[in-house]
Order: sequence, then C-alpha cells, then structure tokens
Amino acid sequence: MEELLQHLINGLSLGSIYALIALGYTMVYGILQMINFAHSEVYMMGAFFAYYTAKYLNLSSSPGFGSLAIVLVVTMVLCSLLGLAIEKFAYRPLRKAPKLNVLITAIGVSLFLQYFAQLVFGADPKVFPTLIEEQTLFTIAGAPIKSFDVTILVVSLVSMGVLHFLVYHTKLGKAMRAVSHNASVASILGINVSRVIAYTFIIGSSLAGIGAILVGIKYQKIEPMMGTMIGLKAFVAAVLGGIGSIAGAVTGGLILGISEILVVVYGSSQYRDALAFLILIFILLVKPAGMFGKNRIEKV
Amino acid sequence: MKKFMIINLIMAATFIFSSCTKKEDVILIGEYGSLTGDDATFGISTNKGIKMAFDEINAKGGIKGKKIKLVTEDNQGKNEETAKVVNRLITQEKIVALIGEVASSRSLIAAPIAQKHGIPMVSPSSTNPEVTQKGDNIFRVCFIDPFQGLVMAKFAIENLKAKKAAIFRKNGDAYSEGLANVFVAEFKKMGGEIVKDIQYQPKDIDFNAQLAEIKAKKPEVIFIPGYYSDAGNIAKQAKKIDLKAILLGGDGWDSPKLHEIGGDAINGQYFSNHYTTESTDPVVVEFIKKFKARYNDEVPDGLAALGYDAAKIVAEAIERAAEVKPNLIRDEIAKTKDFAGVTGKISMNAERNAVKSAVVVQVDGEKRKYVTTISP
Repeated sequence: MEELLQHLINGLSLGSIYALIALGYTMVYGILQMINFAHSEVYMMGAFFAYYTAKYLNLSSSPGFGSLAIVLVVTMVLCSLLGLAIEKFAYRPLRKAPKLNVLITAIGVSLFLQYFAQLVFGADPKVFPTLIEEQTLFTIAGAPIKSFDVTILVVSLVSMGVLHFLVYHTKLGKAMRAVSHNASVASILGINVSRVIAYTFIIGSSLAGIGAILVGIKYQKIEPMMGTMIGLKAFVAAVLGGIGSIAGAVTGGLILGISEILVVVYGSSQYRDALAFLILIFILLVKPAGMFGKNRIEKV
Repeated sequence: MKKFMIINLIMAATFIFSSCTKKEDVILIGEYGSLTGDDATFGISTNKGIKMAFDEINAKGGIKGKKIKLVTEDNQGKNEETAKVVNRLITQEKIVALIGEVASSRSLIAAPIAQKHGIPMVSPSSTNPEVTQKGDNIFRVCFIDPFQGLVMAKFAIENLKAKKAAIFRKNGDAYSEGLANVFVAEFKKMGGEIVKDIQYQPKDIDFNAQLAEIKAKKPEVIFIPGYYSDAGNIAKQAKKIDLKAILLGGDGWDSPKLHEIGGDAINGQYFSNHYTTESTDPVVVEFIKKFKARYNDEVPDGLAALGYDAAKIVAEAIERAAEVKPNLIRDEIAKTKDFAGVTGKISMNAERNAVKSAVVVQVDGEKRKYVTTISP
C-alpha cells in the first residue's frame, strides 16, 4: 500500500509535467490546426534559461520559494520571447501556405534549436541548481511526501487554473476560442487574429518553461537533447486527451505519467516507451478524436 | 616577367618541399573519443593523458627522429558518429595506429573498421571482453569486465560482508550488461543472494520507480554498473527515498563530475578502478605531479592514466618496429611485456588484453580513498 501510494505520487508528478507541455501542443493546435514540433525545444531552452538565470544570480546558494519565483518569472519571459520569435519568423510567413509546409518548418526549427543549444551550451549534461530544499513535508500511510512533489503539483495546478481562467473567463480567452472555432469569421468580427495567435504562443511557451523548471528541480540533469522524448510523450498525451482540448491535455498527461510509472514497477522499463505509443495507437483506433476531442467533419 | 617566373618557381619548390617534409617527418596517430556528449569527461580525460604522453616523447626528440602528431576526432559520444570519424582517420588522415575508446559499445563499432584496414587499435579503457575479440589488430591496456564484476562481488562479500545485493543495470549497454552479468554469477557463487535485478533505459532521468522496487527488497548493496552521470543521479534519487544500501560501481563512475552530479549522496560509495592517486609507486607519483603541473592542478582520473599508458605503449611499439608500418607496429604492441605503466605492470596476453590488478576506491567528494587491491 505504502509503495503503491509512492508510485502514484511519482506518476502524478511525472504526469503533471507531461500535462504542462501537452497544453502547449494542444493550444497551438486548437488555434492554428498545426502541430508545433518546436515546442519540445522551447521546453529544452527553458531548462537552460533557468539554469543560467540561477547561476548568474547565484540563487542556488539561497534555495527557497523566492528563488523559485524569480527563476520561474525570468524563464517564462524568455520562453515567451522565444515562442514569439518562432511564430513570427518561422510560422507567420507560412500562414497561407499548405499545412504540410508549416509542419516541415516546425521540424526544421526543432532541429535548429537542438543543435544551436549543443553549440552554445555544450553537449554534455549540466546539473540543475537546487532551487527548493528537499525535505519530507508529511507522511500519508507511510509514504513520505516530499517538497519537490508538492512543488511540482502546486505549480502545475496553479498554472492550469490560471490557464483555465484565461481561456474561459477573459476577453482574450473568448477571442482565442473564437479564432479556434473559425479564424476567418473571427477576423470579420474584428478580432485581431495575429495577436491572438501571438498570445497563444506566449502562453504555451511559458507553460513549457514552467515544465522545464519542474523537471530540473526533480531530476537535476539537463542537456540539449532532453526535449525529444518528453516532447513526444507530451504530444501523445495531447492526442490521447483529444488534441485541441485543454482538459484533455491535462487528463492525457496524468494518465500517461501514472501508467508509465506502473509499467516500470510491475513490468519492465523496456516496455515503458512502447506503452506510450501503444496507448496512442489504441486511442486513434477506438476514438480517433481523443477522450475529450470533438469529431469535426471536414466540410467541403 | 622573368622575375615572376623565378618567384613562382621558388614558391612551387617550397610548396612541394614543405608538403614532402610534412608527410615524412611526422608519425600520425589517430584518437577518437567523446569530447562532448553524455560522457564527455571520459573523452576529455583520456585526451589529456594521451597528449601529455606524446608531448613528453616529442620533447625528447620523438621516435626515430620523427615527431608524433596526434589527430583527435570527437564522436560526441554517439555510435553513428564513431564509425564516421574512425573511417575518416584511417582513410583520409592515413594514421598508422589508433587509440580509443572509453565506452565499450563505441570501441565495438570502431574495432571492425580498424581490423578491416589493418590498423592497430589500442583501447585505453574499454572493458567489455568482445572488444579485442574483433580481430588480431585490437588491443587494450585495461582489465576486462568479468574481472571488474568479480572484484566488486568479492569486495561486497568479503569486505562489506553483504549477503543481499540488487542490480540496477543500463539496458542495451555492452559495458553495463557485461559487468552486471558477471557480478550476478560471482555473487551467487560466493553464497550471496540477488534480491532484485532491474534495468533503466539510456537517457532516463527518472529512476524513482525502479529504486522504490529495489528498496522494497531491502538489499545491503546495490551494484550500478553505469556511467557517472547516471550513477550520480541514481545515488541522489536513492537518497531522496531513504534507500540506505551501499552503492557499488565500476570504472564508469570515474569522473570529476561524479560528485558534482551526485552530491552528498555519492560520498562513501565504492567503485573499482584502474589506479589510485594515493599510490606511492614512483611512476604514479611522477605522473600525477606532471599532470597537475600541466592541467592547472587537476587530479588525473583513471581514464587519463590509461590514456597515458596506451599512448606510451603505442609509442614504444613504434620505436621497436623496424619501420613505421601498421602491421609491424601491431606485432610490437602484441609483444608488450612488463611495461611499467601508471596503472600497473602491463603485459599483453594471447587475447590482446592487459593482465593486471584492480583497486577499489571510496568516493569522498572529488577525492578517491584507496580501500583495497584485488588481483586476478
């Protein structure tokens, strides 16, 4: 019982990280109907932004919520700028081009960032600074609850809450939903579509930055290729939940995180990555639009 | 016009002459290694040792009146890059001997290429037995995995008095699997019990699930035959879940970064290594002194020492060979006997492996405390 609880906590924190990154995929897809493959690299760059911010400001010598907050804010700003730049220089010129062109560009941007990071930061792994001191906060049924896991959960929940508020209770959110529903009608009604898209990239990239910091805190190893696998998993989580759906991305992330941990525990780590993609195939076969996705029929 | 022609002639002559001397006057030796990538300190340390060895030889006038020129290629710690750079070294740079690699899986890729082109290859620190089985041109100056697995199993039973061990191996890695298999066999043979044998995947950063499984079985020691970046991370995550077993590893732990990654969690853990900085052997003392002087007080790790020994053995073989030809150099490397290296007396056996003893050291921050020597 104690172990199962421990595994569930591990799965929950892994899953909430997947969810944060999956949100970036799902939001861009919802608005632009494109898969932003460069998103996983925004996440990777976020880890390095946080690393250098903490190093430059010498924050690891004074771990605590103040330091965490500073790193979070700086990283979110830098990630947003990166996301904006990608949107402006890579995707905006192609807005009227066929979907496939944008997709290939996204892969190109992703590869560019991976190798750019290797060149600038070096290819060897770096040790992420200690931003939160590790301690056992309390114990539930014999399973110790650690400060990192609580931090990860709290930060993810708050981010998701803010996102939900933004999308469903603000004017910007209304505009986003309108653009997602039909971009040309929205623009006829006076919504600045380009600006809504820019905001979408800002939000998605900030979430990726948050995810990167959480991974850094928990696992402490960052390197330029760290985005590839986690990006793919987050993408699976987004599809699993129904791409374009915010609730779907969160649910998908949590399901994937918990089931991966359980596979490692009760099966073998060899099957872990296979499981993620098996789930993807299964969902696509049974419910092609995902758990929360609406089946939209293409009208001619 | 005439003046121009003369100048041209002179220029052409110097060009031809200089290009001639370039080829004739140096002995080209190739090195491939991970100067960047996941286990970059392996390649960098080895490279430092090799460079130091060749510079010493060149300072004394080189070999047969020729200077040694080292051509180093970075494979970024990747298998696919290894084949590319080794091919380049052999076919384009025309090297006469090849030194590399640390990681067994990459040496296993380079070995058949060197064998095919008849270039002698000396691996400084690949411990997987298969490496030298790839052909009669492939040598190594370190001990092999069965021995390292045996050393740690013996150490766990005899010195630590452990009865229950868990294995945490890296899936699909020639080095890790090799050590783990031998440890399992030897530990059982000596009366111990393997309570859990679990694996992680390359590139993994989350080891919590496996560690929780290991913890439930309550082992006294955990054998983690991975490389330093994984081992450091595993130690850290093990500490977080209060897993109190003693951690054991192989020479893959030997890196200045082990402590940076593992922090306090890695202190007090043990691994088997090729040499100890606490040795009083004059060869070792001299080597450490020279290395520190050259690389701003850095203490050489085992890989730097092995790189140094490998380079010296190749250089001596070239010196003994009648001509600087790959096949003659190969024959001389094979005849290496009682070479007084930093990592002990080195003799090549019939399988082209070095026969020597191993030391067990305990991690203490950047330092490595000598614990015991275990002979074959």
